[in-house]
Amino acid sequence: MLTYTIRRLVLSIPTLFFIALIIFLLLQLAPGDPMASVPLTIPPEVKEKMREALGLGQPLHIQFLKWLVQLFWIEPQVLIDYLTNRSTLLGWLPDTNFYTPCGPTVEGPCDLRVLSWQTRSPVMDIVVQRLPQTLWVVGMSYVVGILIAIPIGIYSAYRQYSVFDQAGTFITMIGFSIPPFFTGPLLIVIFSVQLGWFPFIYDTTHVVNDWDSFLFQLKQMVMPVMVLALQTTAQISRFMRAAMLDNLNQDYVRTARAKGLSEAVVVIVHVLRNSMIPVITVIALGVPGIFGGAIITEVVFSVNGIGQLLITALFANDLPMVQTLTFMFAVLIVLFNLIADVLYGVLDPRIRYD
Amino acid sequence: MTDPAPNPNTPLNALQDRDITRPPRSQWREVWDQFKHHKGALLGGGFLLFVTLAVLFGDMVWQLDPKKLDIRNKDIRPIYTAIWNSDAKVSWAHPLGSDNLGRDHMAQIIAGGRASMAVGWAAMILTMLIGTTIGVLAGYFKRLDGPLMRFTDLVLSLPILPLLLVAVTLFRQPLRANFGPEMGMFILIVGVIGVTSWMQTARIVRGDILALKEREFVLAARASGTTSKGIIFRHLLPNVLSPIMVSATLGLATAIITESALSFLGVGFPSDFPTWGKMLADAVPRMQEFPERVMLPGVMISLTVLSVNYLGDGLRDALDPRIRGR
Repeated sequence: MLTYTIRRLVLSIPTLFFIALIIFLLLQLAPGDPMASVPLTIPPEVKEKMREALGLGQPLHIQFLKWLVQLFWIEPQVLIDYLTNRSTLLGWLPDTNFYTPCGPTVEGPCDLRVLSWQTRSPVMDIVVQRLPQTLWVVGMSYVVGILIAIPIGIYSAYRQYSVFDQAGTFITMIGFSIPPFFTGPLLIVIFSVQLGWFPFIYDTTHVVNDWDSFLFQLKQMVMPVMVLALQTTAQISRFMRAAMLDNLNQDYVRTARAKGLSEAVVVIVHVLRNSMIPVITVIALGVPGIFGGAIITEVVFSVNGIGQLLITALFANDLPMVQTLTFMFAVLIVLFNLIADVLYGVLDPRIRYD
Repeated sequence: MTDPAPNPNTPLNALQDRDITRPPRSQWREVWDQFKHHKGALLGGGFLLFVTLAVLFGDMVWQLDPKKLDIRNKDIRPIYTAIWNSDAKVSWAHPLGSDNLGRDHMAQIIAGGRASMAVGWAAMILTMLIGTTIGVLAGYFKRLDGPLMRFTDLVLSLPILPLLLVAVTLFRQPLRANFGPEMGMFILIVGVIGVTSWMQTARIVRGDILALKEREFVLAARASGTTSKGIIFRHLLPNVLSPIMVSATLGLATAIITESALSFLGVGFPSDFPTWGKMLADAVPRMQEFPERVMLPGVMISLTVLSVNYLGDGLRDALDPRIRGR
């Protein structure tokens, strides 16, 4: 298993390199000029200077290499410095000073981070600011969705073709079919406008420090979490039902019943444990989606998370931001594909990769 | 009268055929019989047919121009609002109401549906073409299998929605300049959806082809001198038709939703060209006063996708010979 994991890790390096190349080329060859919105009164030589300041003067391969160096060499340095200097978790380590920021006072070589063209601040800092909102809303919806989906899937399979199963299948179909840009406004009309229960704009500056503010946080999270959880529930409960159905007719289930075990033990201990194997891998495959944020839901409820960051960066032609975000998503997808495969091998002793 | 003497030429009674044997039923007849038992699939298929016909020929029945501005008749509510609100501004000339510029809502739904369905069908067909080609090539030719499947894995690990958005926002201008605003956008959206959603089909088709090409009938065809092209088109493709049809329904559903999502985010068709997603997005700011403008296109998208999904479910059951006859 260890050799398999190492082999997959090594193989993922060329994959990621190709993905980085595809994303970079797609963005660079696309005919969008970052200087298009600059006033026409600016003389061309100044414009050329501005272009160079953005790092656009060099040939493509140099730009690509510089971006890779910034992403894989300079950003980790910043992270390590932060961890050893200021974080509570690793602050006891001796302070490191790998990263030298550029500035008028610095002489000699200095390190340039990936800068956003919109704000001129490092992309990673903005991502770190935005990540908590996305993780709270999208991550919570994922957990809620899984918690609802698994019991539904188990019971639907156990009573196949019953009324509950039919209703569950119908809700699953609805979850697949109704897009979030419809359920979002629908929930807003019903629960914010007609009933007035929940706020329809997610207030990201809200600080939780007592019971009332906690209640407010819960209230504002209900609707976006519901919208996203419907989709998660639809997918996971379908997988759960299929996996349970596969296992319920197996010989070992009959043996367990013949031994005189109670129905609850047969279903929960014997069947469920075996059925969870494929479901857990499916759950792992969905995790990158949490970090990627739900672009549409974040736009509908004005959650300023990662998805909203990506779409505003796109409209503002902020190439470094778009490039870095997309690449981060790709890294997460590759990583969790790997984790899902390894988990599958660990959980199911019949699977042998070596 | 006596019984006629038994004719020595008639066969013994017990050996006679009691009822006439019917000719063997065709495979598609069996599929249809199984399909009929799936109520949801029948309803879904019927609704999909109805929507397709309605958006194709609806403008012959309802002849108002969806782009015609009629400022005197703006903000008309749908006719059913009169049931609970007798003060509502309704008119039989605009049964589903009109928007804030007086454009007729019914005509817009028909025109918007035509755009959404056209994108959905075209993107689905493109997806199936790419997916089937790659799947067949990878499954049939051993030398291509490795590279093509690695390529599929690579595309599968790309973040699709962000890349879709990137591609649409960045390539909008040149395509619009070359093919006109509407046609350019159509080509772009169909192309982008097609290029980013063929992977599952390719994997399924490859798996089936790998199993099929070891079977005896392929060996027999090859022994009788059939070329690779002949084997693929005459023997292999008809046998993988059913998984392709099932993933085609899934592809249609995804394509309709993706197009609407792009329109909703404002990167779809130009602003005066109605599609369901665009109508929904435009109506969201005023949905407190006019909830029906969000509801109608939203319900149309959801119902269409729901019916396509049910159709796919029924097709999967009907095309699976192990379930058939139960």
